[in-house]
Amino acid sequence: MTDKYTQLVSHGLGRNVARKLGLPQPALLRRYKPGQALISGPILVQGASAGAEELAAILLSWDLDVRRHAVPREKLGAIILVMDELAGPEDLEKPVLSAASSLRDLAPSARFITVSRPADGAGTPSGAAARQGVDGFLRSLAKELRAGATANGILLPEGVSATSPSAVAALRFFLSGRSAFVDGQFLTVSTAEGRLPSDFEKPLAGKVAVVTGAARGIGAAIARTLYRDGATLVLVDVPAAGDHLAGVANEVHGTALQLDISREDAGQRIIDHAVQRHGHLDIVVHNAGITRDKLLANMDHSRWSSVLNVNIAAQLRINQALMASEHFRDSPRIVSVASTSGIAGNRGQTNYAASKAGVMGLVRATAPLLAHHGGTINAVAPGFIETEMTARIPLALREVGRRLNSLQQGGQPADVAEAIAFLASDAAGGINGTVLRVCGQNVVGA
Amino acid sequence: MSIDGQSATGPQDSSALAAPGATRTLRRAVIVGGNRIPFARSGGAYTKSSNQDMLTAALDGLIARFGLQDERIGEVAAGAVLKHSRDFNLTREAVLGSALSAETPAYDLQQACATGLETVLGLANKIKLGQIDSAIAGGVDSASDAPIAVSEGLREVLLDLNRAKSLPQRLQVLSRLRPKDLAPDAPGTGEPRTGLSMGEHQALTTAQWNISRAAQDEISYNSHRNLAAAYDAGFFDDLLTPYRGLTRDSNLRVDTTLEKLATLKPVFGKSLGAEATMTAGNSTPLTDGASTVLLASEAWADAHDLPKLATVVDGEAAAVDFVHGKDGLLMAPAFAVPRLLARNGLTLADFDFFEIHEAFAATVLSTLAVWEDEEFGRSRLGLDGAFGTIDRARLNVNGSSLAAGHPFAATGGRIAATLAKMLHAKGTENGRPARGLISICAAGGQGVVAILEAL
Repeated sequence: MTDKYTQLVSHGLGRNVARKLGLPQPALLRRYKPGQALISGPILVQGASAGAEELAAILLSWDLDVRRHAVPREKLGAIILVMDELAGPEDLEKPVLSAASSLRDLAPSARFITVSRPADGAGTPSGAAARQGVDGFLRSLAKELRAGATANGILLPEGVSATSPSAVAALRFFLSGRSAFVDGQFLTVSTAEGRLPSDFEKPLAGKVAVVTGAARGIGAAIARTLYRDGATLVLVDVPAAGDHLAGVANEVHGTALQLDISREDAGQRIIDHAVQRHGHLDIVVHNAGITRDKLLANMDHSRWSSVLNVNIAAQLRINQALMASEHFRDSPRIVSVASTSGIAGNRGQTNYAASKAGVMGLVRATAPLLAHHGGTINAVAPGFIETEMTARIPLALREVGRRLNSLQQGGQPADVAEAIAFLASDAAGGINGTVLRVCGQNVVGA
Repeated sequence: MSIDGQSATGPQDSSALAAPGATRTLRRAVIVGGNRIPFARSGGAYTKSSNQDMLTAALDGLIARFGLQDERIGEVAAGAVLKHSRDFNLTREAVLGSALSAETPAYDLQQACATGLETVLGLANKIKLGQIDSAIAGGVDSASDAPIAVSEGLREVLLDLNRAKSLPQRLQVLSRLRPKDLAPDAPGTGEPRTGLSMGEHQALTTAQWNISRAAQDEISYNSHRNLAAAYDAGFFDDLLTPYRGLTRDSNLRVDTTLEKLATLKPVFGKSLGAEATMTAGNSTPLTDGASTVLLASEAWADAHDLPKLATVVDGEAAAVDFVHGKDGLLMAPAFAVPRLLARNGLTLADFDFFEIHEAFAATVLSTLAVWEDEEFGRSRLGLDGAFGTIDRARLNVNGSSLAAGHPFAATGGRIAATLAKMLHAKGTENGRPARGLISICAAGGQGVVAILEAL
């Protein structure tokens, strides 16, 4: 559910009043539903490189309305700015300003997507400057866009073409309603690995996925989204949450596994359950996590250790069991839920932020180990998401929390789930060891 | 999970099919697993829950555990001892409210406290015969939401009123009403033919066999201690789904001690002359709850990639003439077990686990006492001497009704699923599969017992 304020200012009198008073006017975001068109309205592909040509051709092959030159006053669904051949800072101006003239033509919930190269492979200081410049440019533009439009970037290192499976998949993800609450972010496609699905509506068909902490909130949304995308689900939560877990399992035709993930043998029990019931295991989503908030001055052993144990230690042990298992070798995927608290810090959450920052650290370090078997591990860092947990934050704090991002609203659990489903797909095989924020470009953090 | 090509009209296993009228080969019926909701003391967490609510919740937890959504199960059988007349199709209604296929047939069964185990045996027999490939057995009871009937006087007046045709006739019928007719008739645990409650009946047996207070308290203490340890070890993680905020049986006292139990005042047998020994601590309380057990043919379990914990080997029912005082009300299992074991060529020494339902601690002890009694063995069981003794270390090792509580019809399912899991964990030793005995006494002087074997 979109929050009440957003609903109020989206129509009629409420909209007029909010506009006159200069109040925030969050837009109703375009969110993906099965059968929905990838994007409505023409896509303007700007850039003179071979990559731009190839991308335009791919979009055309999907029967999309593609423009290589802007038609004045034509409403655009998206602008894709391909800048994969920047040699120096002076190369930025032309593409950026040509895109600028089309910005006013962007439709509500439109997309602005850059395709460029990471600075660290530039080879020359001026090349690196140009490439890094895209970062600041895009993040600022994301803050200028209105009406639910977002701006995100795809980074392609040398040797990875704009038409590699994961680059194409990332482009689709950013164009679609699946990325509704992802704003001002870059996704790095590090290899040409990955395989596009035969059916973009069922990208997880045939996959067996485990979701921990699936009884409610974001975990339940992940379960629903993976199920919608075709996965067979094993849902894990602590035995005490078993009744909610059973409800979700019956909704998504999965199996419920009541298990405390901090048990020593949790990894093996998850593997055994998945293999016995479903024959194999392809995707593990580490969503289970706890908070025990306290200022550090008041922190005690139990608050610190329980959070670190559930949020990191359990995950490390399960990953170890997964990587040791012969049943987790066929392009396996691990996606961990981190948090913007782990990026920007949060008062009263030294333990939680340490654990979530730790998750990002372990994801980066585990990536090369999984790459062995064509596997990937990535993290998704949610910002302010409307859940039962955030609904308990006092009203004023909650209201501030949900407006402090470029989209001026809290995200939905499904927004986090969409990013996870994307990273868990075969098509995302070239994306490994990254952290994708789903935060509406929250003002805190990088 | 549905099996492609499953016939719409009959079992999928071609091995179970034979020419019409031909004798079919029996096949094995296996327990796949179970699910129950935590049991709640009457008037507690489930006060506002109906039998149908609780049975549906137990079913949904089972469906979630084994991925049975939209599955057409061969048959579901369950029942309740305290059942409202509007719940005539209780089990079918629960199925319709669950995530199972609406094309799953169901029937209600009632055999007092043996209801749950009898559903297991009856459905297992259908599977063995090849009539069905899968089944869910179960039971539920609510002492909190028990039906209350009107008095016989009011009932007769109301029925006659319905038949009266004119106003004068109606007034004439109504004039028969007396104030005492308005008192409701609440259900009790009294035996209709003796007027004695179950506890008073057991007190007679307890006194007859000289069962001591200390021995009863020890049974109760062990029940609580074993059940608590099982919870702590995560034993119930795949046998139970929380319900209405309850994650453990609310009757469980983790901190109970023999000293505390010894301080409780006797509640049954106070007028017998002999010292009364039965207290609230060594008797089961009125309880609400529901349990389910998933049964299947081996082929069905394999085709659905489901575990096979134990086989349902055999079962036996018995009844005693308690009305004329020949035997104690709850002593029928003492007769059923020797018959069952003889038929299967087994002795008590051939079992790894004994699950003797703890209606009262004294029920368990009376049963063990008569089995150890040479005279009883000779004169009542027709044996050469005593039937035998059991290794107490194998008795109710993960707790039983004294700690978990006893929602009458739900107890059989609790025990069957618990024992099946224990047997599977023990597996096969020296070529012999682990074996377990279930014994459940029931109102009306009845008892149902069964043998399970590990897979």
